[in-house]
Amino acid sequence: MTQDNVTDDRTDRSTIVSPEDAGNESETPDPSGESSLSRSIAAEGRDGERVGTAQTVLEARDLNVYYDDVQAIDDVSLAIPENRVTALIGPSGCGKSTFLRSINRMNDLIDAARIEGELLFRGKNVYDDDVDPVALRRKVGMVFQHPNPFPKSIYDNVAYGLRIQDDTENLDERVETALKRAALWDEVKDQLDESALDLSGGQQQRLCIARAIAVDPEVILMDEPASALDPIATSKIEDLIEELAEEYTVVIVTHNMQQAARISDRTAVFLTGGELVEYDDTETIFENPESQRVEDYITGKFG
Amino acid sequence: MSTDTTGTDAATAITDSPGGAKRERLYRYLLFASASVSILVTLGIVFVLVTGALEFFGQYNPLDFFLGTEWNIDQHKLGVLPALSGTILVTVLSAMVAIPIGLAAATYLSEYASPRARSILKPALEILAGIPTVVYGYFALVYVTPFLAAFGLPVGTFNVLSASIMVGIMIIPMVSSLSEDAMSAVPDSLRQAGYGMGATKYEVSTGVVIPAAISGIFSSFILALSRAIGETMIVAVAMGQSPQLLQFAEPLANLFESNQPMTSAMITLVQAENAAGVIYQSMFAIGLTLFVVTFAMNLVSNWIAARYREEYE
Repeated sequence: MTQDNVTDDRTDRSTIVSPEDAGNESETPDPSGESSLSRSIAAEGRDGERVGTAQTVLEARDLNVYYDDVQAIDDVSLAIPENRVTALIGPSGCGKSTFLRSINRMNDLIDAARIEGELLFRGKNVYDDDVDPVALRRKVGMVFQHPNPFPKSIYDNVAYGLRIQDDTENLDERVETALKRAALWDEVKDQLDESALDLSGGQQQRLCIARAIAVDPEVILMDEPASALDPIATSKIEDLIEELAEEYTVVIVTHNMQQAARISDRTAVFLTGGELVEYDDTETIFENPESQRVEDYITGKFG
Repeated sequence: MSTDTTGTDAATAITDSPGGAKRERLYRYLLFASASVSILVTLGIVFVLVTGALEFFGQYNPLDFFLGTEWNIDQHKLGVLPALSGTILVTVLSAMVAIPIGLAAATYLSEYASPRARSILKPALEILAGIPTVVYGYFALVYVTPFLAAFGLPVGTFNVLSASIMVGIMIIPMVSSLSEDAMSAVPDSLRQAGYGMGATKYEVSTGVVIPAAISGIFSSFILALSRAIGETMIVAVAMGQSPQLLQFAEPLANLFESNQPMTSAMITLVQAENAAGVIYQSMFAIGLTLFVVTFAMNLVSNWIAARYREEYE
């Protein structure tokens, strides 16, 4: 299923490097070293729509994450394809959220966290010294488990990312576009100046998605984005995720196996101790997994 | 027979309480009395101020008091505006010192400081709050004024500027500690959202945390200012003994000359040898004015805190 095509993919490689570092080292990508890391993956769409090969956007190589002495991620290697929905599933404490947060270096905010191995974004290890996590997070957006809009107006929430990047040209238009893509525009277009906290939970979460996509990232990480929502709001979010995958690479952590089966193209199953047990097309994982442990988990024998 | 006895004993054990209920009632009254003391004292003070002030206004035209531009005990000119000028100067200048520094310190403590740095700095700031204000006053007189003079500022021995700087420093802990409480109460999920958007620590602190905590921060400013308005010892020691009306022709001159705010004007009245009758009574009118101003500010502070508080989750 997975074929390794060696391609030369150095798109945007330097954009996550902080300007100072890029300046004084005048570092140029080494084609021989990095390009071979990029490969493409054949990924079959769940419903047959997104068939074909896709570039690898993110790749973990022997990634280990520790919180003090506790190992949260155990030697994980996996490649995440572009413009696909990749689901990370597994029981509580299996490290799936930790893995997600190590992609955009949110674990940097936790003093106890320590990382070994490589995590490549477009062939560049995001843990290299010259990578600026702030720049990385502008390329790799995030939506959290509980909706966390800022206590500002709806408009200011969506405009936040653009404003901190001093990128305020056509701001109104781009806020509107982001809200439309997040399927929230029709509900809020007449109350853009009102507080985001007055929205319902499901609306708040779609607002957080609009906020994340307003800056046009390449990857959107979602950490159980629907777990705090009711079924109707959940299904709206799920529809939205499928649409987003047309333009973005989506990596979603979920507790809910049906959700993973419904919306994802690829599924990674983490089991206790931060071990990646199986990673394959979602169909294969749910219908014909290789590992007995994955089958037991999927069929509800544990977890 | 023996079973009966046991039964009675058991009944005794749960009915015949050894004075427990009575003692509980006593504790309750004692605690209530303690809680009431501050209210009673406040009411007593208001009563004394109001009656004293009414007596004063019986002998002195309230308009002459509130609009009078001259304060001269010997000539029986008791206009409050000069002393009010002094109070306003001290308050505004000390706010200019305390608000930026206090807010910056709060931001550092809440967002930037390592747990170790915080564990050292927070108690240090509380110590600042524990220094007797008379010490600040002498510090202003003996160190700050000569220091300002060394910079070439034309400051008098007693001047508004150095007293105000010290009042400002005195209220920094109040601003920083209350603002930090408000900022620490901002849920971490909002910081995560900011960092997740690619915001820097500074952008998260100033663009997310401070706006989210703004009600608590504003009320800390106002509480600190009402403390500055009421501050007495620093200004009594370092600012001089004669209330001066604000001069608008030379605004800076106001800072370098001596002045006297309402608080220390009251001290002068108590000590003055000829303070009897209407002059003595004027103290109550000034006290009532001060009380009304600080009370109003505390009300505003509460109103702001309630009006702009955001409820999270």
